Amino acid sequence: MGAYILKRLLAVIPVMFGLTLIVFLIMAMIPGDPATAILGSYATPENVERLNRQLGLDRSLPEQYLIWLGNLLQGDLGRSYSLNRPVLDEVTERFGATLILAGTSLVLCSILGLLAGVVSAVRQYGWTDKVVTFVVLIGISTPSFWLGLLLILLFAVQWRLFPASGMYAIYGGGDLPDLLHHLVLPAATLSVVATGVIARLTRTAMLEVLRQDYIRTARAKGLRESRVIWRHAFKAALVGVIPVIGIQAGFVMGGAVYIETVFQWPGIGSMLVTAISTRDLLLVQGGVLVVAAAYVLFNLCADVVQTLLDPRLR
Amino acid sequence: MGRAARSSAPAGRARRTGAWALLARNHLAVAGLGVVTFVCLVALAAPLLPLADPNATAPADRLLRPGEGGHLLGTDALGRDLLSRLVWGARVSIAVGLSATLIAAAVGSLIGLVAGYAGGRVDNWLMRGIDMVMAFPYILLALAIVAVLGPGLLNALYAIAIVNVPFFARNIRGITLGLARREFVDAARLSGKSHPRILLTEVLPNVLPVIVITMSTTVGWMILETAGLSFLGLGAQPPQSDLGSMLGEGRRVLFTHPHVSVVPGLAILVLVMGINLLGDGIRDVLDPRLKSGALSRPVARTAVRRTAVPERQDHPGAVLELQGMETEFHVGGQVYRAVGGVDLHLAPGECVGLVGESGSGKSVTAMSVMGLVPTPPGRIAGGAAWLDGSDLFALSDEEIRQRRGRDVAHVFQDPLGTLHPLHTVGAQLVEAIRAHRPMPRTEAEAAACDLLALVRIPNPAERMQAFPHELSGGMRQRVCIAMGLANDPSVLIADEPTTALDVTVQAQVLALMDRLRRERDSAILFITHDFGVVSAICDRVAVMYAGRIVETGPTDEILAAPAHPYTDRLIACVPVLGAPDRRLEAISGRPPVVNALPPGCAFADRCPRARDECRVGDIALVEQGGGRAVRCLFPMEREVADG
Ligand code: SF4
Repeated sequence: MGAYILKRLLAVIPVMFGLTLIVFLIMAMIPGDPATAILGSYATPENVERLNRQLGLDRSLPEQYLIWLGNLLQGDLGRSYSLNRPVLDEVTERFGATLILAGTSLVLCSILGLLAGVVSAVRQYGWTDKVVTFVVLIGISTPSFWLGLLLILLFAVQWRLFPASGMYAIYGGGDLPDLLHHLVLPAATLSVVATGVIARLTRTAMLEVLRQDYIRTARAKGLRESRVIWRHAFKAALVGVIPVIGIQAGFVMGGAVYIETVFQWPGIGSMLVTAISTRDLLLVQGGVLVVAAAYVLFNLCADVVQTLLDPRLR
Repeated sequence: MGRAARSSAPAGRARRTGAWALLARNHLAVAGLGVVTFVCLVALAAPLLPLADPNATAPADRLLRPGEGGHLLGTDALGRDLLSRLVWGARVSIAVGLSATLIAAAVGSLIGLVAGYAGGRVDNWLMRGIDMVMAFPYILLALAIVAVLGPGLLNALYAIAIVNVPFFARNIRGITLGLARREFVDAARLSGKSHPRILLTEVLPNVLPVIVITMSTTVGWMILETAGLSFLGLGAQPPQSDLGSMLGEGRRVLFTHPHVSVVPGLAILVLVMGINLLGDGIRDVLDPRLKSGALSRPVARTAVRRTAVPERQDHPGAVLELQGMETEFHVGGQVYRAVGGVDLHLAPGECVGLVGESGSGKSVTAMSVMGLVPTPPGRIAGGAAWLDGSDLFALSDEEIRQRRGRDVAHVFQDPLGTLHPLHTVGAQLVEAIRAHRPMPRTEAEAAACDLLALVRIPNPAERMQAFPHELSGGMRQRVCIAMGLANDPSVLIADEPTTALDVTVQAQVLALMDRLRRERDSAILFITHDFGVVSAICDRVAVMYAGRIVETGPTDEILAAPAHPYTDRLIACVPVLGAPDRRLEAISGRPPVVNALPPGCAFADRCPRARDECRVGDIALVEQGGGRAVRCLFPMEREVADG
């Protein structure tokens, strides 16, 4: 088991390098003079000059990549011109907020999605199944940013149950209950689509597993149906659903871009949108890299959990 | 599902219904198709419709509510007619979503085709690249691309298309990989066709359904995502607008005039939902795995639909008595009578063999007793099973559950598939024990360990921690037998327990079962197709054909002098104990399909002794004395035993 985890960890390294390569290549696609593009059109010639030297733009592409990578490994993601502070500082600050939002949503959508999927499969073709299937369909067809607006209208404006924006109250907030209070609407919105996807796949996986011979064995042993469903069928279905949850982490972190914008959540997503409109490309680069790295690590965790559950994979 | 049930479903019967007809039967998909068609038609016809100019601003009419001032859906912050903007915006959204889908499909399919067809290093490198792209959170990559190219509708389209390329590449590569090794591709290669031509003319038509499925399941996303980018201000730039940018503009007046943002969002929802419904329908039609309700989940117990409960005919001393038991499968309007009225009884300590080819109904008979035949499609349609005097088919689900594994236990054929792959052998044994005898875990573990020792598994304590896949086939079957014996059942139903094992192990397992039934006085119902196995362990035999018992009697006598021609052939097929099952093909012809049994004797078509009389009326099981009975008009002569 330990050896397996180590192997997986080592396999992550080339993926991480691949990420940096892709981000680098995308940035190299910038039309026109990159330094001007990065610094914006109002940049002074001295600044452009300095950045050109700093980025080594007079050198070949592979050389540029190596220099850039070297800086990256030292934690130097460059300096955001619009915020006038190191990109790394801004990104780490923002990442915490995104992690709270995306993490909560992921927990939420996993629990709800798995539960809905199991119930739906066990009551196949029954009313519960039909209702769940329909709600799931609406969920995966709804533009999440619009849903966020609706929830704000209803829960923040109409009923005044939850705050419409931000992470903490401006006056007197800052503690955990305050955070949770602000978290409810964005986390709920963000988890809707992923819940639908997980529910769908769980249902299919459960239906597949319930036809297996070992489920017949479990019933032949005289186990209670609840035990057959949860300990035997669900556990086997879960093994197949976990990688999907891993992938959903990516969709949730991506979807955070919309939700953070709608709810003015101070995370990486809203930072990226601002950075793109101000053409602060180093900030964009830093934000994308950090979130992508987090996604890779999360998938690693999903892999390990899957292996823990399924001895055949070891 | 038992093998019998599967093989009784005729292969060629599948009606070749056209894809459209199948789609039309799916009401939700039809609804989706309706919505999508309507939206697309309206969008296409936008220039012809009597709509206001979507870009004509009218400061005096700004932010009218729906219905006010002749504006059906009201106006936005610049006084522009929302209905008109909605139609024109939908036009842009659909066009962008479709274009992105087409680009992604073309590029992704090309990558997938080349990778799957070329294989080897090309495949490796292409797929590595695809994996790299997929290592990014979906929307983030699109954002990075838009960041570099600059905001704009066309750039958003490219970005969304690029991030969707991997889905196509992966799906298409998977299919192509399988196709590239097929004979028709080899043949094309030998005939001297060039690789691009083979890909285009031989492979592409075969992967087209997968491309269509992937398109229909991703186009909804792509519309959502481009709308999202526009909403963020990174897609459509004014004066151009799509549904997403309308929503983004509406957000500014959200609190005062919610209709400006509610309306375009609703439009997106309806459009995407229609697309998704249609996409699911298309997938169900084109993906053969999901056809014919193959994914129906069996419920905990076989449904019982008896019209009458038979009067009990008592067999003194019997522990289990089957009486006129009938089990049917209802599939696609057809009724398969897998078991057509079976009578059978078992005394304590007795081993009765139930013998027949696959498809004879022997497994279904065995599974019917404790309600383990999958419903749907199975159901018990008549007869009774008496266990110690109580009718098993009349009991509640909970009563049946309590008897399963406690009074009647099962051992199945394939021990790898029948043991749970994710639980240790020990845990599964402990569970079997504690299901009927609540006791502390440690106590149950000790009992489980004893059971493993009983079935002669070396190092039982160590093996408790093993997972099924870590054991050999013989060991696994011993575990299954141990599990069957966990609660000292009065009846053990063993369905081909030795078929998956090799000859020496088979003999060991048989000897073990024989010893255990003598020691514990359990009755065994032994299902097999192999008379060699029967001769090793069974006291009595019942031979099944087409769902009915055709001959029954003591094993030695039947082996020495079979009365039914079918029994005769079965015995003739068995030279050695534990031979593989293809030996059965020695009987020419196949068993009849049980949804359309011929009148008269079901065996007539394959019977060398058949005469015209055999093909009319029902043929009864006739007692021959000495516990023997046969269902045949012209039974084989009994040789006179000459001491
Ligand atoms: S009844 Fe006739 S056809 Fe049937 S087994 Fe006997 S002899 Fe053959």
